[in-house]
Amino acid sequence: MPKRINVFAWFIVILGALFFLLPIYGTLDFSLRARKGELSLLAYERVFSDPLFLQAFFFSVQKALLTIGFSLLLIVPTAYWVNWRLPRWRPVVELVTLMPFVIPAVVLVFGLIRTFSRPPFVMTRSTFTTDILLIAGYMVLTMPYVYRAVDTGLRALDVRTLTEAAQSLGANGPTILWRVIFPNLRGAILSGALITFATVIGELILASFLVRPAFGPYMESMGQNKAYEPAALGILSYALTWASLALIDVFARGNKQVASIR
Amino acid sequence: MTESLAPARSSQKLALNWLGLLPFFLFALAFIIFPSLTLFSGSLFDAQGNLTFTNFLQLNTPLIVDAYQNSIMLSLQTALGGAFFGFLLGYAVVYGNLPRWLRTAIMTFCGLAANFGGVPLAFSIIATVGRTGFLTAFLRDQLGFDIYALGFSIYNPTGLFMAYMYFQLPLMVLIIVPALESLRREWREAAESLGATNWQYWQYVALPILTPTLLGTTILLFGSAFGAYATAQALTGGTLPLITLVIGTQIRGDVLGNPGLGYAMVLGMVVIMAACIAAYSSLQRQAERWLR
Repeated sequence: MPKRINVFAWFIVILGALFFLLPIYGTLDFSLRARKGELSLLAYERVFSDPLFLQAFFFSVQKALLTIGFSLLLIVPTAYWVNWRLPRWRPVVELVTLMPFVIPAVVLVFGLIRTFSRPPFVMTRSTFTTDILLIAGYMVLTMPYVYRAVDTGLRALDVRTLTEAAQSLGANGPTILWRVIFPNLRGAILSGALITFATVIGELILASFLVRPAFGPYMESMGQNKAYEPAALGILSYALTWASLALIDVFARGNKQVASIR
Repeated sequence: MTESLAPARSSQKLALNWLGLLPFFLFALAFIIFPSLTLFSGSLFDAQGNLTFTNFLQLNTPLIVDAYQNSIMLSLQTALGGAFFGFLLGYAVVYGNLPRWLRTAIMTFCGLAANFGGVPLAFSIIATVGRTGFLTAFLRDQLGFDIYALGFSIYNPTGLFMAYMYFQLPLMVLIIVPALESLRREWREAAESLGATNWQYWQYVALPILTPTLLGTTILLFGSAFGAYATAQALTGGTLPLITLVIGTQIRGDVLGNPGLGYAMVLGMVVIMAACIAAYSSLQRQAERWLR
Protein backbone atom coordinates (compact mmCIF):
# COMPACT_ATOMS: atom_id res chain seq x y z
CA MET A 1 0.00 0.00 0.00
CA PRO A 2 1.32 3.46 -0.85
CA LYS A 3 1.98 5.77 2.06
CA ARG A 4 -0.48 8.38 0.79
CA ILE A 5 -3.38 6.13 1.73
CA ASN A 6 -2.11 5.88 5.27
CA VAL A 7 -2.29 9.62 5.76
CA PHE A 8 -5.75 9.66 4.23
CA ALA A 9 -6.90 6.79 6.46
CA TRP A 10 -5.65 8.46 9.62
CA PHE A 11 -7.31 11.71 8.59
CA ILE A 12 -10.66 9.94 8.15
CA VAL A 13 -10.31 8.01 11.39
CA ILE A 14 -9.45 11.13 13.40
CA LEU A 15 -12.37 13.00 11.84
CA GLY A 16 -14.66 10.08 12.67
CA ALA A 17 -13.33 9.87 16.22
CA LEU A 18 -14.05 13.57 16.73
CA PHE A 19 -17.56 13.20 15.36
CA PHE A 20 -18.35 10.19 17.53
CA LEU A 21 -16.48 10.98 20.73
CA LEU A 22 -17.22 14.69 21.11
CA PRO A 23 -20.95 14.16 21.82
CA ILE A 24 -20.11 11.54 24.43
CA TYR A 25 -17.55 13.83 26.01
CA GLY A 26 -20.06 16.68 25.82
CA THR A 27 -22.69 14.62 27.61
CA LEU A 28 -20.28 13.57 30.33
CA ASP A 29 -19.05 17.14 30.77
CA PHE A 30 -22.59 18.48 30.93
CA SER A 31 -23.67 15.84 33.45
CA LEU A 32 -20.89 16.94 35.85
CA ARG A 33 -21.72 20.64 35.79
CA ALA A 34 -24.93 20.75 37.82
CA ARG A 35 -23.14 22.74 40.52
CA LYS A 36 -22.03 26.10 39.16
CA GLY A 37 -18.29 26.58 38.68
CA GLU A 38 -17.12 23.10 39.65
CA LEU A 39 -17.35 19.49 38.60
CA SER A 40 -19.66 17.42 40.77
CA LEU A 41 -21.83 14.33 40.76
CA LEU A 42 -24.83 16.39 41.82
CA ALA A 43 -26.87 15.52 38.72
CA TYR A 44 -26.32 11.82 39.39
CA GLU A 45 -27.24 12.23 43.03
CA ARG A 46 -30.45 13.96 42.02
CA VAL A 47 -31.26 11.22 39.53
CA PHE A 48 -30.72 8.44 42.05
CA SER A 49 -32.69 10.19 44.76
CA ASP A 50 -35.71 10.58 42.47
CA PRO A 51 -38.15 7.81 43.44
CA LEU A 52 -39.66 7.96 39.94
CA PHE A 53 -36.28 7.07 38.46
CA LEU A 54 -35.96 3.80 40.35
CA GLN A 55 -39.61 3.00 39.72
CA ALA A 56 -39.30 3.59 35.98
CA PHE A 57 -35.98 1.81 35.78
CA PHE A 58 -37.15 -1.31 37.56
CA PHE A 59 -40.39 -1.30 35.61
CA SER A 60 -38.34 -1.48 32.42
CA VAL A 61 -35.90 -4.06 33.79
CA GLN A 62 -38.81 -6.28 34.78
CA LYS A 63 -40.46 -5.91 31.38
CA ALA A 64 -37.14 -6.60 29.66
CA LEU A 65 -36.67 -9.83 31.60
CA LEU A 66 -40.23 -10.96 30.87
CA THR A 67 -39.77 -10.12 27.19
CA ILE A 68 -36.56 -12.15 27.07
CA GLY A 69 -38.25 -15.12 28.73
CA PHE A 70 -41.33 -15.21 26.52
CA SER A 71 -39.34 -14.38 23.42
CA LEU A 72 -37.02 -17.33 23.93
CA LEU A 73 -39.94 -19.65 24.77
CA LEU A 74 -41.52 -18.70 21.45
CA ILE A 75 -38.50 -18.39 19.18
CA VAL A 76 -36.20 -21.24 20.23
CA PRO A 77 -38.75 -24.06 19.75
CA THR A 78 -39.90 -22.47 16.49
CA ALA A 79 -36.40 -22.10 15.06
CA TYR A 80 -35.55 -25.60 16.26
CA TRP A 81 -38.64 -27.04 14.63
CA VAL A 82 -37.90 -25.22 11.36
CA ASN A 83 -34.33 -26.50 11.36
CA TRP A 84 -35.22 -30.04 12.24
CA ARG A 85 -38.61 -30.85 10.74
CA LEU A 86 -39.82 -28.10 8.44
CA PRO A 87 -36.90 -26.60 6.52
CA ARG A 88 -39.32 -25.89 3.69
CA TRP A 89 -41.12 -23.40 5.93
CA ARG A 90 -37.94 -21.49 6.58
CA PRO A 91 -38.65 -18.69 4.03
CA VAL A 92 -42.14 -18.12 5.45
CA VAL A 93 -40.95 -17.98 9.05
CA GLU A 94 -38.04 -15.74 8.09
CA LEU A 95 -40.37 -13.41 6.24
CA VAL A 96 -42.58 -13.09 9.31
CA THR A 97 -39.59 -12.42 11.57
CA LEU A 98 -38.48 -9.66 9.20
CA MET A 99 -41.88 -7.95 9.16
CA PRO A 100 -41.00 -5.75 12.17
CA PHE A 101 -38.37 -4.12 9.94
CA VAL A 102 -41.15 -3.02 7.59
CA ILE A 103 -43.50 -1.94 10.37
CA PRO A 104 -41.90 0.91 12.35
CA ALA A 105 -42.57 0.89 16.09
CA VAL A 106 -44.94 3.85 15.85
CA VAL A 107 -47.04 1.99 13.28
CA LEU A 108 -46.96 -1.20 15.34
CA VAL A 109 -48.24 0.56 18.45
CA PHE A 110 -50.91 2.29 16.38
CA GLY A 111 -52.10 -1.08 15.13
CA LEU A 112 -51.97 -2.65 18.59
CA ILE A 113 -53.96 0.17 20.17
CA ARG A 114 -56.61 0.18 17.46
CA THR A 115 -56.93 -3.60 17.52
CA PHE A 116 -56.97 -4.17 21.27
CA SER A 117 -58.91 -1.19 22.54
CA ARG A 118 -62.27 -2.29 21.16
CA PRO A 119 -64.32 -5.49 21.36
CA PRO A 120 -63.82 -8.41 20.97
CA PHE A 121 -60.31 -8.02 22.42
CA VAL A 122 -60.18 -5.19 24.94
CA MET A 123 -56.73 -5.12 26.49
CA THR A 124 -55.99 -1.44 27.06
CA ARG A 125 -58.41 -1.04 29.98
CA SER A 126 -56.39 -2.63 32.78
CA THR A 127 -52.68 -2.19 33.48
CA PHE A 128 -52.14 -5.95 33.56
CA THR A 129 -53.45 -6.56 30.05
CA THR A 130 -51.75 -3.40 28.79
CA ASP A 131 -48.47 -4.80 30.08
CA ILE A 132 -49.15 -8.01 28.17
CA LEU A 133 -49.61 -5.88 25.08
CA LEU A 134 -46.41 -3.99 25.87
CA ILE A 135 -44.40 -7.20 26.24
CA ALA A 136 -45.90 -8.62 23.05
CA GLY A 137 -44.91 -5.41 21.26
CA TYR A 138 -41.36 -5.67 22.60
CA MET A 139 -41.25 -9.29 21.42
CA VAL A 140 -42.24 -8.14 17.94
CA LEU A 141 -39.67 -5.33 17.87
CA THR A 142 -36.79 -7.60 18.90
CA MET A 143 -37.95 -10.65 16.94
CA PRO A 144 -35.65 -10.10 13.92
CA TYR A 145 -32.58 -9.99 16.16
CA VAL A 146 -33.56 -12.84 18.45
CA TYR A 147 -34.61 -15.13 15.60
CA ARG A 148 -31.46 -14.34 13.64
CA ALA A 149 -29.23 -15.07 16.66
CA VAL A 150 -30.98 -18.34 17.53
CA ASP A 151 -31.17 -19.51 13.91
CA THR A 152 -27.46 -18.85 13.36
CA GLY A 153 -26.70 -20.78 16.52
CA LEU A 154 -28.86 -23.72 15.43
CA ARG A 155 -27.31 -23.90 11.99
CA ALA A 156 -23.89 -24.24 13.57
CA LEU A 157 -25.17 -27.33 15.44
CA ASP A 158 -26.03 -30.66 13.95
CA VAL A 159 -29.65 -30.48 15.08
CA ARG A 160 -30.69 -33.77 13.51
CA THR A 161 -27.91 -35.85 15.07
CA LEU A 162 -28.37 -34.25 18.48
CA THR A 163 -32.12 -34.81 18.38
CA GLU A 164 -31.89 -38.40 17.20
CA ALA A 165 -29.21 -39.20 19.77
CA ALA A 166 -31.42 -37.76 22.51
CA GLN A 167 -34.45 -39.67 21.21
CA SER A 168 -32.56 -42.95 21.14
CA LEU A 169 -31.85 -42.36 24.82
CA GLY A 170 -35.60 -41.97 25.40
CA ALA A 171 -35.90 -38.19 25.68
CA ASN A 172 -39.16 -36.54 24.65
CA GLY A 173 -39.64 -33.20 22.90
CA PRO A 174 -39.51 -30.79 25.88
CA THR A 175 -36.58 -32.69 27.41
CA ILE A 176 -34.62 -32.44 24.16
CA LEU A 177 -35.26 -28.71 23.96
CA TRP A 178 -34.48 -28.04 27.58
CA ARG A 179 -31.51 -30.37 28.16
CA VAL A 180 -29.93 -30.62 24.70
CA ILE A 181 -30.82 -27.65 22.50
CA PHE A 182 -30.89 -24.82 25.07
CA PRO A 183 -27.48 -25.64 26.61
CA ASN A 184 -25.89 -25.90 23.17
CA LEU A 185 -27.32 -22.54 22.18
CA ARG A 186 -26.07 -20.73 25.25
CA GLY A 187 -24.07 -18.14 23.28
CA ALA A 188 -26.81 -17.41 20.75
CA ILE A 189 -29.47 -17.20 23.45
CA LEU A 190 -27.36 -14.83 25.49
CA SER A 191 -26.72 -12.47 22.61
CA GLY A 192 -30.43 -12.52 21.72
CA ALA A 193 -31.27 -11.81 25.36
CA LEU A 194 -28.80 -8.97 25.69
CA ILE A 195 -29.90 -7.19 22.54
CA THR A 196 -33.49 -7.52 23.76
CA PHE A 197 -32.47 -6.04 27.10
CA ALA A 198 -30.64 -3.13 25.46
CA THR A 199 -33.62 -2.42 23.19
CA VAL A 200 -36.35 -2.66 25.82
CA ILE A 201 -34.60 -0.69 28.56
CA GLY A 202 -34.57 2.60 26.64
CA GLU A 203 -37.59 2.02 24.40
CA LEU A 204 -39.80 5.09 24.12
CA ILE A 205 -42.56 4.56 21.61
CA LEU A 206 -44.50 1.51 22.84
CA ALA A 207 -44.39 2.49 26.52
CA SER A 208 -45.21 6.11 25.75
CA PHE A 209 -48.29 5.41 23.62
CA LEU A 210 -49.51 2.60 25.86
CA VAL A 211 -49.01 5.07 28.75
CA ARG A 212 -46.90 2.82 30.94
CA PRO A 213 -44.33 4.27 33.41
CA ALA A 214 -41.22 2.90 31.70
CA PHE A 215 -37.68 4.24 31.59
CA GLY A 216 -37.91 5.68 28.05
CA PRO A 217 -40.88 7.99 28.74
CA TYR A 218 -39.27 8.92 32.06
CA MET A 219 -36.11 10.02 30.26
CA GLU A 220 -38.13 11.97 27.73
CA SER A 221 -40.02 13.86 30.42
CA MET A 222 -36.76 14.63 32.23
CA GLY A 223 -35.40 15.97 28.95
CA GLN A 224 -38.30 18.39 28.75
CA ASN A 225 -38.13 19.56 32.35
CA LYS A 226 -34.53 19.41 33.59
CA ALA A 227 -31.15 20.62 32.41
CA TYR A 228 -28.37 18.44 33.82
CA GLU A 229 -30.20 15.28 34.83
CA PRO A 230 -30.85 14.24 31.21
CA ALA A 231 -27.10 14.25 30.53
CA ALA A 232 -26.55 12.06 33.59
CA LEU A 233 -29.33 9.73 32.42
CA GLY A 234 -27.74 9.65 28.98
CA ILE A 235 -24.41 8.56 30.43
CA LEU A 236 -26.11 5.93 32.61
CA SER A 237 -28.04 4.46 29.71
CA TYR A 238 -24.94 4.47 27.49
CA ALA A 239 -23.12 2.53 30.17
CA LEU A 240 -25.98 0.01 30.33
CA THR A 241 -26.39 -0.37 26.57
CA TRP A 242 -22.67 -0.64 26.07
CA ALA A 243 -22.27 -3.23 28.76
CA SER A 244 -24.97 -5.40 27.15
CA LEU A 245 -23.68 -4.93 23.62
CA ALA A 246 -20.04 -5.42 24.60
CA LEU A 247 -21.05 -8.72 26.19
CA ILE A 248 -22.74 -9.71 22.91
CA ASP A 249 -19.51 -8.91 21.11
CA VAL A 250 -17.59 -11.19 23.47
CA PHE A 251 -20.05 -14.03 22.90
CA ALA A 252 -20.24 -13.46 19.15
CA ARG A 253 -16.48 -13.72 18.95
CA GLY A 254 -16.56 -16.91 21.01
CA ASN A 255 -19.10 -18.37 18.58
CA LYS A 256 -17.06 -17.39 15.56
CA GLN A 257 -14.04 -19.18 16.94
CA VAL A 258 -16.08 -22.33 17.43
CA ALA A 259 -17.44 -21.99 13.92
CA SER A 260 -13.98 -21.64 12.42
CA ILE A 261 -12.80 -24.76 14.24
CA ARG A 262 -15.68 -26.66 12.72
CA MET B 1 -42.45 -39.67 20.16
CA THR B 2 -40.47 -42.88 19.54
CA GLU B 3 -43.64 -44.50 18.25
CA SER B 4 -44.31 -41.67 15.81
CA LEU B 5 -40.90 -42.28 14.28
CA ALA B 6 -42.07 -45.58 12.82
CA PRO B 7 -42.00 -45.38 9.01
CA ALA B 8 -45.60 -46.58 8.64
CA ARG B 9 -46.87 -43.47 10.39
CA SER B 10 -44.63 -41.01 8.59
CA SER B 11 -47.41 -39.48 6.49
CA GLN B 12 -49.50 -38.83 9.56
CA LYS B 13 -46.43 -37.41 11.31
CA LEU B 14 -45.88 -35.05 8.40
CA ALA B 15 -49.45 -33.83 8.65
CA LEU B 16 -48.95 -32.97 12.30
CA ASN B 17 -45.54 -31.34 11.84
CA TRP B 18 -46.96 -27.90 11.22
CA LEU B 19 -48.43 -27.95 14.74
CA GLY B 20 -44.91 -27.16 15.98
CA LEU B 21 -45.12 -23.78 14.29
CA LEU B 22 -48.63 -23.04 15.53
CA PRO B 23 -47.64 -20.92 18.58
CA PHE B 24 -45.36 -18.81 16.43
CA PHE B 25 -47.95 -18.18 13.75
CA LEU B 26 -50.67 -17.48 16.32
CA PHE B 27 -48.42 -14.91 17.95
CA ALA B 28 -47.57 -13.32 14.60
CA LEU B 29 -51.24 -13.32 13.63
CA ALA B 30 -52.36 -11.66 16.86
CA PHE B 31 -49.63 -9.07 17.28
CA ILE B 32 -48.26 -8.37 13.79
CA ILE B 33 -50.67 -9.37 11.05
CA PHE B 34 -54.02 -8.64 12.67
CA PRO B 35 -52.99 -5.13 13.87
CA SER B 36 -51.61 -4.37 10.40
CA LEU B 37 -54.86 -5.52 8.80
CA THR B 38 -56.82 -3.35 11.23
CA LEU B 39 -54.95 -0.29 10.00
CA PHE B 40 -55.32 -1.40 6.39
CA SER B 41 -59.04 -1.98 6.60
CA GLY B 42 -59.46 1.25 8.57
CA SER B 43 -57.98 3.17 5.67
CA LEU B 44 -60.69 1.87 3.36
CA PHE B 45 -63.66 3.29 5.31
CA ASP B 46 -64.86 6.82 5.92
CA ALA B 47 -66.13 8.19 9.25
CA GLN B 48 -69.64 6.82 8.54
CA GLY B 49 -68.31 3.34 7.85
CA ASN B 50 -68.75 3.33 4.09
CA LEU B 51 -66.20 1.73 1.81
CA THR B 52 -64.18 4.49 0.15
CA PHE B 53 -60.93 5.48 -1.48
CA THR B 54 -61.20 9.13 -0.54
CA ASN B 55 -58.81 8.62 2.40
CA PHE B 56 -56.02 7.98 -0.06
CA LEU B 57 -57.03 10.95 -2.20
CA GLN B 58 -57.10 13.16 0.90
CA LEU B 59 -53.48 12.31 1.64
CA ASN B 60 -52.83 15.27 -0.63
CA THR B 61 -53.27 17.77 2.22
CA PRO B 62 -50.47 20.23 3.14
CA LEU B 63 -49.71 18.76 6.58
CA ILE B 64 -49.32 15.21 5.29
CA VAL B 65 -47.48 16.14 2.08
CA ASP B 66 -45.16 18.28 4.18
CA ALA B 67 -44.52 15.48 6.65
CA TYR B 68 -43.79 12.97 3.88
CA GLN B 69 -41.50 15.47 2.19
CA ASN B 70 -39.57 16.23 5.38
CA SER B 71 -39.21 12.55 6.20
CA ILE B 72 -38.12 11.60 2.71
CA MET B 73 -35.63 14.47 2.44
CA LEU B 74 -34.11 13.78 5.85
CA SER B 75 -33.91 10.03 5.19
CA LEU B 76 -32.40 10.56 1.75
CA GLN B 77 -29.78 12.99 3.01
CA THR B 78 -28.77 10.91 6.00
CA ALA B 79 -28.73 7.75 3.88
CA LEU B 80 -26.45 9.31 1.25
CA GLY B 81 -24.33 11.04 3.90
CA GLY B 82 -24.08 7.89 6.00
CA ALA B 83 -23.23 5.78 2.96
CA PHE B 84 -20.57 8.22 1.73
CA PHE B 85 -18.78 8.82 5.04
CA GLY B 86 -19.34 5.23 6.13
CA PHE B 87 -17.67 4.05 2.93
CA LEU B 88 -14.70 6.35 3.57
CA LEU B 89 -14.32 5.08 7.12
CA GLY B 90 -14.77 1.48 5.97
CA TYR B 91 -12.14 2.04 3.28
CA ALA B 92 -9.76 3.45 5.89
CA VAL B 93 -10.37 0.43 8.13
CA VAL B 94 -9.74 -2.13 5.38
CA TYR B 95 -6.97 -0.47 3.32
CA GLY B 96 -5.48 2.08 5.71
CA ASN B 97 -2.82 -0.13 7.32
CA LEU B 98 -4.20 0.93 10.65
CA PRO B 99 -2.95 -0.81 13.80
CA ARG B 100 -4.97 -3.90 14.61
CA TRP B 101 -6.25 -2.59 17.96
CA LEU B 102 -7.61 0.53 16.26
CA ARG B 103 -9.47 -1.49 13.63
CA THR B 104 -11.01 -3.70 16.32
CA ALA B 105 -11.91 -0.61 18.36
CA ILE B 106 -13.59 1.04 15.36
CA MET B 107 -15.58 -2.05 14.46
CA THR B 108 -16.69 -2.63 18.06
CA PHE B 109 -17.67 1.00 18.42
CA CYS B 110 -19.67 0.87 15.17
CA GLY B 111 -21.48 -2.22 16.43
CA LEU B 112 -22.47 -0.24 19.50
CA ALA B 113 -23.26 3.05 17.80
CA ALA B 114 -25.43 1.45 15.11
CA ASN B 115 -27.75 0.34 17.91
CA PHE B 116 -27.80 3.79 19.38
CA GLY B 117 -30.45 6.34 18.94
CA GLY B 118 -33.51 7.32 20.80
CA VAL B 119 -33.70 9.64 23.76
CA PRO B 120 -30.10 9.38 25.08
CA LEU B 121 -28.72 10.30 21.65
CA ALA B 122 -30.90 13.40 21.64
CA PHE B 123 -29.54 14.33 25.08
CA SER B 124 -25.98 14.02 23.79
CA ILE B 125 -26.66 16.21 20.80
CA ILE B 126 -28.26 18.84 23.03
CA ALA B 127 -25.35 18.75 25.50
CA THR B 128 -22.85 19.12 22.65
CA VAL B 129 -24.28 21.42 20.01
CA GLY B 130 -27.41 22.71 21.73
CA ARG B 131 -27.58 26.43 22.48
CA THR B 132 -25.67 25.92 25.72
CA GLY B 133 -23.77 22.86 24.51
CA PHE B 134 -20.06 22.69 25.15
CA LEU B 135 -19.01 22.61 21.49
CA THR B 136 -21.27 25.54 20.66
CA ALA B 137 -19.74 27.50 23.54
CA PHE B 138 -16.20 26.45 22.64
CA LEU B 139 -16.55 27.44 18.98
CA ARG B 140 -18.17 30.75 19.88
CA ASP B 141 -15.93 31.82 22.78
CA GLN B 142 -12.57 30.45 21.63
CA LEU B 143 -12.83 30.67 17.86
CA GLY B 144 -15.45 33.38 17.43
CA PHE B 145 -17.53 31.06 15.32
CA ASP B 146 -21.24 31.10 16.18
CA ILE B 147 -22.86 28.07 14.54
CA TYR B 148 -26.34 29.28 15.45
CA ALA B 149 -25.72 32.53 13.61
CA LEU B 150 -24.85 30.41 10.57
CA GLY B 151 -28.25 28.71 10.55
CA PHE B 152 -27.41 25.53 12.44
CA SER B 153 -29.93 24.48 15.06
CA ILE B 154 -30.75 21.22 16.78
CA TYR B 155 -34.41 22.03 16.18
CA ASN B 156 -34.19 22.12 12.40
CA PRO B 157 -33.13 19.49 9.83
CA THR B 158 -29.40 20.30 10.20
CA GLY B 159 -29.47 19.15 13.84
CA LEU B 160 -31.50 16.06 13.00
CA PHE B 161 -29.08 15.29 10.17
CA MET B 162 -26.20 15.28 12.62
CA ALA B 163 -28.09 13.15 15.12
CA TYR B 164 -29.14 10.58 12.51
CA MET B 165 -25.60 10.36 11.13
CA TYR B 166 -24.62 9.07 14.54
CA PHE B 167 -26.33 5.75 13.81
CA GLN B 168 -26.38 5.80 9.99
CA LEU B 169 -22.62 6.02 9.49
CA PRO B 170 -21.74 3.07 11.78
CA LEU B 171 -24.45 0.94 10.14
CA MET B 172 -22.79 1.57 6.77
CA VAL B 173 -19.35 0.67 8.18
CA LEU B 174 -20.71 -2.58 9.62
CA ILE B 175 -22.04 -3.66 6.23
CA ILE B 176 -19.36 -2.30 3.91
CA VAL B 177 -16.28 -3.58 5.76
CA PRO B 178 -17.12 -7.28 5.27
CA ALA B 179 -17.91 -6.50 1.62
CA LEU B 180 -14.57 -4.75 1.09
CA GLU B 181 -12.78 -7.57 2.85
CA SER B 182 -14.32 -10.15 0.56
CA LEU B 183 -12.97 -8.45 -2.57
CA ARG B 184 -10.46 -11.09 -3.59
CA ARG B 185 -6.81 -10.26 -3.82
CA GLU B 186 -6.69 -12.23 -7.11
CA TRP B 187 -9.03 -9.73 -8.74
CA ARG B 188 -6.69 -6.89 -7.99
CA GLU B 189 -3.68 -8.93 -9.09
CA ALA B 190 -5.41 -9.90 -12.31
CA ALA B 191 -6.29 -6.28 -13.02
CA GLU B 192 -2.75 -5.13 -12.25
CA SER B 193 -1.17 -7.82 -14.41
CA LEU B 194 -3.28 -6.49 -17.28
CA GLY B 195 -1.79 -3.07 -16.62
CA ALA B 196 -4.62 -1.45 -14.68
CA THR B 197 -3.86 1.43 -12.37
CA ASN B 198 -5.30 1.53 -8.88
CA TRP B 199 -7.98 3.93 -10.09
CA GLN B 200 -8.89 1.71 -13.05
CA TYR B 201 -9.12 -1.30 -10.75
CA TRP B 202 -11.66 0.55 -8.60
CA GLN B 203 -13.54 1.95 -11.56
CA TYR B 204 -13.86 -1.23 -13.62
CA VAL B 205 -13.61 -4.06 -11.11
CA ALA B 206 -14.20 -3.23 -7.47
CA LEU B 207 -16.94 -0.62 -7.69
CA PRO B 208 -19.12 -2.58 -10.16
CA ILE B 209 -18.90 -5.58 -7.82
CA LEU B 210 -19.72 -3.41 -4.83
CA THR B 211 -22.56 -1.50 -6.52
CA PRO B 212 -25.41 -3.77 -5.34
CA THR B 213 -24.05 -3.66 -1.79
CA LEU B 214 -23.63 0.11 -1.85
CA LEU B 215 -27.08 0.66 -3.33
CA GLY B 216 -28.74 -1.86 -1.04
CA THR B 217 -27.15 -0.45 2.08
CA THR B 218 -28.12 3.10 1.13
CA ILE B 219 -31.71 1.92 0.79
CA LEU B 220 -31.48 0.17 4.16
CA LEU B 221 -30.19 3.39 5.72
CA PHE B 222 -33.06 5.27 4.11
CA GLY B 223 -35.52 2.87 5.72
CA SER B 224 -33.89 3.09 9.12
CA ALA B 225 -34.11 6.89 9.09
CA PHE B 226 -37.63 6.88 7.64
CA GLY B 227 -39.01 4.78 10.50
CA ALA B 228 -37.13 6.60 13.27
CA TYR B 229 -39.25 8.39 15.86
CA ALA B 230 -37.66 8.66 19.30
CA THR B 231 -34.57 10.71 18.38
CA ALA B 232 -36.57 13.31 16.46
CA GLN B 233 -39.26 13.47 19.13
CA ALA B 234 -36.79 13.97 21.99
CA LEU B 235 -34.66 16.42 20.01
CA THR B 236 -37.25 18.69 18.45
CA GLY B 237 -40.17 18.01 20.76
CA GLY B 238 -42.17 17.25 17.63
CA THR B 239 -41.88 20.76 16.19
CA LEU B 240 -40.59 19.51 12.83
CA PRO B 241 -43.34 17.52 11.14
CA LEU B 242 -41.93 14.13 10.19
CA ILE B 243 -44.31 11.40 9.10
CA THR B 244 -43.62 9.28 12.20
CA LEU B 245 -44.26 12.26 14.50
CA VAL B 246 -47.52 13.11 12.73
CA ILE B 247 -48.61 9.48 13.14
CA GLY B 248 -47.76 9.87 16.84
CA THR B 249 -50.00 12.90 17.27
CA GLN B 250 -52.71 11.12 15.32
CA ILE B 251 -52.58 8.22 17.81
CA ARG B 252 -52.87 10.55 20.82
CA GLY B 253 -55.85 12.35 19.41
CA ASP B 254 -57.40 12.45 15.99
CA VAL B 255 -55.61 15.66 14.88
CA LEU B 256 -56.44 15.06 11.24
CA GLY B 257 -60.14 14.99 12.04
CA ASN B 258 -60.54 11.74 10.13
CA PRO B 259 -59.31 8.40 11.53
CA GLY B 260 -59.38 6.85 8.05
CA LEU B 261 -56.92 9.46 6.82
CA GLY B 262 -54.57 8.53 9.67
CA TYR B 263 -54.71 4.89 8.60
CA ALA B 264 -54.07 5.82 4.97
CA MET B 265 -51.02 7.82 6.05
CA VAL B 266 -49.68 4.84 7.99
CA LEU B 267 -50.29 2.59 5.01
CA GLY B 268 -48.29 4.90 2.76
CA MET B 269 -45.43 4.64 5.20
CA VAL B 270 -45.56 0.85 5.36
CA VAL B 271 -45.60 0.65 1.56
CA ILE B 272 -42.42 2.76 1.38
CA MET B 273 -40.73 0.66 4.08
CA ALA B 274 -41.75 -2.58 2.35
CA ALA B 275 -40.37 -1.30 -0.96
CA CYS B 276 -37.09 -0.46 0.79
CA ILE B 277 -36.72 -3.89 2.38
CA ALA B 278 -37.68 -5.68 -0.85
CA ALA B 279 -35.15 -3.64 -2.85
CA TYR B 280 -32.52 -4.24 -0.20
CA SER B 281 -32.97 -8.00 -0.12
CA SER B 282 -33.00 -8.34 -3.91
CA LEU B 283 -29.82 -6.24 -4.17
CA GLN B 284 -28.33 -8.35 -1.37
CA ARG B 285 -28.93 -11.48 -3.42
CA GLN B 286 -27.21 -9.86 -6.40
CA ALA B 287 -24.28 -8.87 -4.23
CA GLU B 288 -23.89 -12.47 -3.05
CA ARG B 289 -23.10 -13.61 -6.59
CA TRP B 290 -19.61 -12.16 -6.17
CA LEU B 291 -19.15 -11.50 -2.48
CA ARG B 292 -19.39 -14.43 -0.14
